[in-house]
Amino acid sequence: MSLALDAGSTPATLPAQRSRGYWSRVLRRLSRDPVTLACAAILLLILLAAVFAPLIAPADPFKGSMIKRLQPIGAEGFLLGTDELGRDMLTRLIYGGRQSLLMGVLPVVLAFGIGTTIGVIAGYVGGRVNMVIMRTLDVFYAFPSVLLAVAISGALGAGLNNCLLALTLVFVPQVTRVAESVTTQVRQLDYIEAARMSGAGPWMIVREQVLGNVLGPIFVYSTGLISVCMILASGLSFLGLGVKPPEPEWGLMLNTLRPAIFQNPLVAALPGAMIFITSICFNLLADGIRSAMDIRS
Amino acid sequence: MFAYIIKRLLYAVPIALAVTLVAFLLVHIAPGDALNAIAPADAPAETIAALKAAYGLDRPLPVQYGLWLGRALQGDLGASIASGRSVTSEVMAAVGNTLSLAGVAAVIGVLAGCVLGGIAGYRHGGWVDRIATFISVIGVSVPHYWLGLVLTIVFSITLGWLPAMGAGPEGGWFLDGAHLPYIVLPALTMAVVPMGILTRTVRAVVVDILAQDFVQALRAKGLGNRRIFRHVAKNAAPTVLAVAGLQLGYLMGGSILIETVFAWPGTGFLLNTAIFQRDLPLLQGTLLVLCLFFVLLNLLVDIAQPFIDPRMRRT
Repeated sequence: MSLALDAGSTPATLPAQRSRGYWSRVLRRLSRDPVTLACAAILLLILLAAVFAPLIAPADPFKGSMIKRLQPIGAEGFLLGTDELGRDMLTRLIYGGRQSLLMGVLPVVLAFGIGTTIGVIAGYVGGRVNMVIMRTLDVFYAFPSVLLAVAISGALGAGLNNCLLALTLVFVPQVTRVAESVTTQVRQLDYIEAARMSGAGPWMIVREQVLGNVLGPIFVYSTGLISVCMILASGLSFLGLGVKPPEPEWGLMLNTLRPAIFQNPLVAALPGAMIFITSICFNLLADGIRSAMDIRS
Repeated sequence: MFAYIIKRLLYAVPIALAVTLVAFLLVHIAPGDALNAIAPADAPAETIAALKAAYGLDRPLPVQYGLWLGRALQGDLGASIASGRSVTSEVMAAVGNTLSLAGVAAVIGVLAGCVLGGIAGYRHGGWVDRIATFISVIGVSVPHYWLGLVLTIVFSITLGWLPAMGAGPEGGWFLDGAHLPYIVLPALTMAVVPMGILTRTVRAVVVDILAQDFVQALRAKGLGNRRIFRHVAKNAAPTVLAVAGLQLGYLMGGSILIETVFAWPGTGFLLNTAIFQRDLPLLQGTLLVLCLFFVLLNLLVDIAQPFIDPRMRRT
């Protein structure tokens, strides 16, 4: 294969073909991993239930009944019992997935975008820019993540948006650090030098040569953060710093049901169990994706 | 090695300063007025102005920061707006309780993690490994505030073995018979996360070391498993220490959730009060002390490295 042919036809074909082969191999490896598939299926089920909540939920998530408070699991008409205001637990758990999943996934997606941008710039430009960016991030590393999230959302006040902002700020430095370190490694490789010598500008090199090689590791790292973010987000709601009542959200439900652990412990523990199931599935899914994408093994 | 320690010490100074700046600014980005907590909404303008002057809130922000930092360096973190008491004494009393809780939890978590991770690493690929790995995944995935509630339901409400709330008589925690039962549930709950993280780390490190040539050489030399274990432990120590050392800091910073569940009278409880009463000096002070503690811990871990890892002494 001559160099002229590669450069002359369509420059994008070569990397695209290579990556298509890579991704189909990753998918094939994932499809042979029963644990990862099971986790993906459970998460899909929770997600679909949350999205189509109005269609499948048996009751109104806000309508309570004073005489039917804290019904046990399996009570007539209430498959999973009722909460402290007599609202149907199953309905509220289904609706709760909307806010909880949003708060668990969106901050990581935002941090992935912002962190990758900053990290790739820091890693590719290097020098003084790199130093300023990375030393600034070191300051955020001086805060334990739970404390940082609590402090930011505590200072801004309770609410979904402030909570999302706080969580995004917690994860941006972590993603940036990973993005910077992989970009710095990639930047020193020969093919970047070759691209530069053949006249490609920085934007072209970053888009065609760098991103394709750094997005994988950053993506794998970020998927691992979703489970942490779920726990942290619901924890903020549990403290009263997240979603406001009467909105159904698992962390908040766990909080408002806390006094009920004496009368009806099983029902009171349900929202936490949902957080646990979702977070462990995200964790195992991230592990599965990591080992499927690690082509050396 | 001394050059390394000096360099590391000097590097901690700007970080600590930046932390004070963030702790100061964080509460100033808060919407609403700092005086909302004490002044009634319909207070006359002169009263508000007088209160602002009394708390120094009428000065420009950089001046406020300078004054605050200067006083903080002398150990004076101001007075709590809600209670009027000295923030320093409130925070110090609470830090002791949180440090006891986080310390006990860190010891349990790190020990359990080392044992589980070590066994899993040695039995790499077998069923023991799978069980240990699964336990560690549970450890890092479980919402610990929920686990705390579940443990309370089982051991306090159903079985009645252990107390569910508080740190025992007199509000503070000490190591004695009367206080011991109170720390069991919160410490166990808190230990779950470091246990999971340490299990993962130790397992990975042990697998890595066992695959190296020198272990093969030791085996060929005829050393028994116990002697080989000593070599593995020595090689794993630096990484494990780096991870384990920071866990105490994470636990102290993240203790707010556990302290809320168990009504533990520590810094988390203080933070909770400060946030919901909008007590800014208390919030600032607690935040500052916790973060500086974390910076200090980071520093100690880094300084300890060359002492346990001879390879680092040469650089």
